[in-house]
Amino acid sequence: MNTGLVLDLVLVLVLLWVGWAALWSRDLFRGIVLFIAFGMVLALVWIRLGAPDVGLAEAAIGAGLTGALLLATWGALPPGSGTPDGEDEPEEDSGQEAGETATGGSDAG
Amino acid sequence: MRADRWHRHLLRLVLGLALLAVAAGVSLALMTAPVAPGLGDAIHGALPGAAAANPVTAVLLDFRGYDTLLEMAVLTAALAGVWSLGRAHRTRPTNPSPVLIGLTRVIAPLFPMICGYLLWVGADGPGGAFQAGAVLATAAVLYVLSERRPGPRLPEQPMRAGAVAGLGVFLAVALGVMAGGGRFLEYPAPLGSGLLLLIETAAAVGIALILAGLFIGGRPGGGDG
Amino acid sequence: MDNGLLFAAGGLGVFLIGAWAVVLRAHLIRKILALNLMSSGAFLLLVGAGAIGHAGVDPVPQAMVITGIVVSISATALGLAIVLRIAKTTGRALLPEDRERTPTDRPLR
Repeated sequence: MNTGLVLDLVLVLVLLWVGWAALWSRDLFRGIVLFIAFGMVLALVWIRLGAPDVGLAEAAIGAGLTGALLLATWGALPPGSGTPDGEDEPEEDSGQEAGETATGGSDAG
Repeated sequence: MRADRWHRHLLRLVLGLALLAVAAGVSLALMTAPVAPGLGDAIHGALPGAAAANPVTAVLLDFRGYDTLLEMAVLTAALAGVWSLGRAHRTRPTNPSPVLIGLTRVIAPLFPMICGYLLWVGADGPGGAFQAGAVLATAAVLYVLSERRPGPRLPEQPMRAGAVAGLGVFLAVALGVMAGGGRFLEYPAPLGSGLLLLIETAAAVGIALILAGLFIGGRPGGGDG
Repeated sequence: MDNGLLFAAGGLGVFLIGAWAVVLRAHLIRKILALNLMSSGAFLLLVGAGAIGHAGVDPVPQAMVITGIVVSISATALGLAIVLRIAKTTGRALLPEDRERTPTDRPLR
């Protein structure tokens, strides 16, 4: 049982766990962020498989740009458009764009 | 309500059984199928005559160039789909944090450099047009996120032209090599790596503009049409 | 590279997690996340299965996966644009059958 195989096993377990958590988290925002993390771990897996080109593509496109798309769409959803389970409740002001700070917009001029 | 709950349990049961069957089938195939020789040796053997030294780039743009051409078409079609649904809604005036503005000003100039590097080194090592285009698209996304009023400053016509240029240049080269007597996408041997660089550069710019266009979520521009 | 079987199994697991969630989760963005997970699982299965029993890397599955990642983000972007239209037009990011099942006047659980 060499260290490479142990690392690979840990990577696969983390991948499965983060994938499950991304889809079954109560909060959709958390799910999207976990999906970005899933993409990052998957990029590591591609490196372990000897596919650095795929790893670059996954990190940039699969995790980065897809994550940006998802977050921007989530933020643009009208409030109250989630399921009654409480999924996806965007912040109260539905006009919040992805560039605002978490404290609700800075007052810098 | 009782029927509804029964339906849900039945759905879960059927889905579970179907997925179990898939899992069993694939596991069986993985463990009992004979080890295939794979195409690695064949590709490495044909690599000296290819247009690039990186085997993945050679497969993407030389041996299976047709697939990559169609992939550029898929990207362009997706952009057409998203832009036909409405105007860009991620370019409305926002109030970005000064941290974001400062960070963008510092690191955004690095992205074109990284893009050029990935494009150039992709012929010999890990890298390539798609990765370079994605990095450039990230710079565009950062720009849109960090500007107070990104909408009016978006260059609409250059974006449209550049987005189509990726597919256009690829198609032009694919058809152009037929003029010298070759077949569709058959690069003449001495021009191979030069044509590849041309295609990759246009593809990277096209991919960057398409991905940025997908991010802004609709047609740019403040006026009509 | 004898980690091929391990990663192929991991890819299968990720695919199954995605397939389970795409049917059973109601929110449309959650479904899109699940579809992305299914794609990533299939890619991992493809490259992992190609690495079983080989010492060298096979570049053909890697090229196919890079193509797949780009097609995946195209489909995700178009899907998200459609989801946003659905949410803005009908007020909820749900399929019609889920919309009937979850009336807005039902109290949260």
